[in-house]
Amino acid sequence: MMNSSMTPMDISSPPIIDIEDLGLDQGALLLVRQALADLPAGAGLRVRGCAPEWDLHLQAWCRAQGHALQWLEAGAEALVHRHEQAAGRWLGAHSTGHADRHAPQALAEQADPRWGLAARGAQVEAGSPAFAFALRQRSQLWAETAGTLYAQAVAAQWDPNTAIDWTAPLPTDPAIEQAVVQLMTYLIENENAALLVPARHLGQVHPHFREVVQLLALQCADEARHVEVFTRRLRLGGGEPGLSTAGGQASLKTLFDAPDFSTATFLLSVLGEGTFVNLLNFLHEHAPDPVTRQIARLAAVDEARHVAFGMAHLEYRLSVEPEYQTRLALAVEHRHEELAGTAGLNEEVFDALTVLAGGGTSVAAVRLGFKRVQALKLEMAAGRRARLQRLGFGRDHARRLADLHTRNFM
Amino acid sequence: MSRQQPLVMGAVAYAPKVVTIWEGFKAFFADHGLDFDFVLYSNYERQVEAQFRGEIDIAWNSPLAWVRADRMARARGQQVSAVAMRDTDCDLQSVIVVKADSAIQTLADLAGRVLGVGAIDSPQATLIPLDHLRQAGLVGGRDLRVRRFDVLGGKHGDHIGGEREAAQALLAGEVDACCLIDGNHLAFGTDGTLPAGSTRVIARTGLYDHCNFTTSPHADPAVVERFVTLLLAMRWDDPQVRPLLELEGLKAWKPGRTSGYALLERAVDDEQFYDTDGHILPADYRY
Repeated sequence: MMNSSMTPMDISSPPIIDIEDLGLDQGALLLVRQALADLPAGAGLRVRGCAPEWDLHLQAWCRAQGHALQWLEAGAEALVHRHEQAAGRWLGAHSTGHADRHAPQALAEQADPRWGLAARGAQVEAGSPAFAFALRQRSQLWAETAGTLYAQAVAAQWDPNTAIDWTAPLPTDPAIEQAVVQLMTYLIENENAALLVPARHLGQVHPHFREVVQLLALQCADEARHVEVFTRRLRLGGGEPGLSTAGGQASLKTLFDAPDFSTATFLLSVLGEGTFVNLLNFLHEHAPDPVTRQIARLAAVDEARHVAFGMAHLEYRLSVEPEYQTRLALAVEHRHEELAGTAGLNEEVFDALTVLAGGGTSVAAVRLGFKRVQALKLEMAAGRRARLQRLGFGRDHARRLADLHTRNFM
Repeated sequence: MSRQQPLVMGAVAYAPKVVTIWEGFKAFFADHGLDFDFVLYSNYERQVEAQFRGEIDIAWNSPLAWVRADRMARARGQQVSAVAMRDTDCDLQSVIVVKADSAIQTLADLAGRVLGVGAIDSPQATLIPLDHLRQAGLVGGRDLRVRRFDVLGGKHGDHIGGEREAAQALLAGEVDACCLIDGNHLAFGTDGTLPAGSTRVIARTGLYDHCNFTTSPHADPAVVERFVTLLLAMRWDDPQVRPLLELEGLKAWKPGRTSGYALLERAVDDEQFYDTDGHILPADYRY
């Protein structure tokens, strides 16, 4: 659009802009630039002005920009010819899809490294530096529901200070409080994995896939909050964290060693966090104090969203690359073999769960707690089976893989 | 097959970006079949002297370095040529500015006052403005005090620091006037060094030219011609080339011309910077 102060352009008479007494060092350059941008290469623009030294500045600016300058009236009116290659910066510029993911061709199958950090849909100048984003193929990371899940995640963020009543009473039985502390110790190290594994992939995702970057960022924020509330609960009774076993950490380490984002997401979110949703719901039901029950409920809601993204991503990947299913199965088997020599869930955690579920350490309480934990494990395995079947695994195959999942739960 | 000798160019390392610029040009020339290398000097005086020792075939010279090379060549019965320059090297202008509320209205009012200039060897912020004053009957050091803002001697004013310090001294009231190139007057206005409206221009010098590629006396004309042909073919709208042109501050290379150095030639004589043979005259010139 031509500037409102310009007269219409025709061949015989170049358009004219009057910058009046606004100096080029006071913003008038913007008006001149915009007026020139509307002209074809080589076309002329008459510029009038009367600010002090505006002519000196116009001369210096035109020289630096490569625009030819001629004075029609010394110090009062100039004829500026737009540089022949002024638009050259945008020759061969890259188109980068559309901001709206629902628009046709909004998303590329493969994002170009030279699109860099540009907003999806922007025109990117040719010659922009290539960024080494390892995750730039849509099939490697996309989920059709990523945008929706991101919106849900934003709406579901909660503030630990206000969402939880930290003044609620704690268990009076020291054995029960000790069990809570051990369980929190375990949860924290698992949430550290759930934060850092996606974080490692997040930095590798091409920003063209904005919704996935945003969702993973919030997923990391969720886990950061979980680490906070589990730590605060642990400290509420004045205790220090309990025990961390080599077997537990070995299990989590395999998540860091997963060969790609899809496999890591499968092991962490579909199988691990899916199992954790069961665990957190169990704590919501059986934990001895209101604070633990509240944080378990809030964390379970977040984790369910992470599972939903993991499922949606794997569904997308398998829809375009059905043979990838074999690699998922191999990943479960490989992880199982790698962990065969470790202890799995540490006894301290198992015992803590039993004490919490039974409400104490009496024979009757342990009998009840043990029974409930066994039921939890069956429920966890059933959940894994159901998710594997949704991903297209046959019933028997799903059962076998579900049973091979780490005894550490995550 | 015998390998052609590379064309070796000299450039002055006035800023770290100089390495990026000439490494980029080296790659560009290599891609186009010209064996090209460069040598960096810390100052123009040593670079020009190297041209006469046969160390370099061509030099990216400041206007003052061009004046010296030309004088040294003539004194030796040799010849150097300005074969190419940037579009932005043509028709520059310097200004003498005072604070907007200063009582100084004309050059004559500068008598007895303090003038801030750039580095001792800056054509645009020292030599040409002092020449302009001399033509108006005011001799620096005699009719008015000259305070130099001597940043990086030997760089011939390529470093913007001297002009910026002089401008800051003007606002601080330490000098009554200062000298700037036209583009810096605009740039200092937009970047806030000299807020718009805070200064008034009391004089503009005549137009003059800036840098050029100066051949050394022994340079092979055929190789130089190839070099110039490739330079002139560089296009702003080529994304491979544009970053180099942007760093070096041009839109297009132009054939060299020597018609724009008359003001500086006169200033060099009157301010006694070089003698007619290209010898350095100021005793306090450090580089």
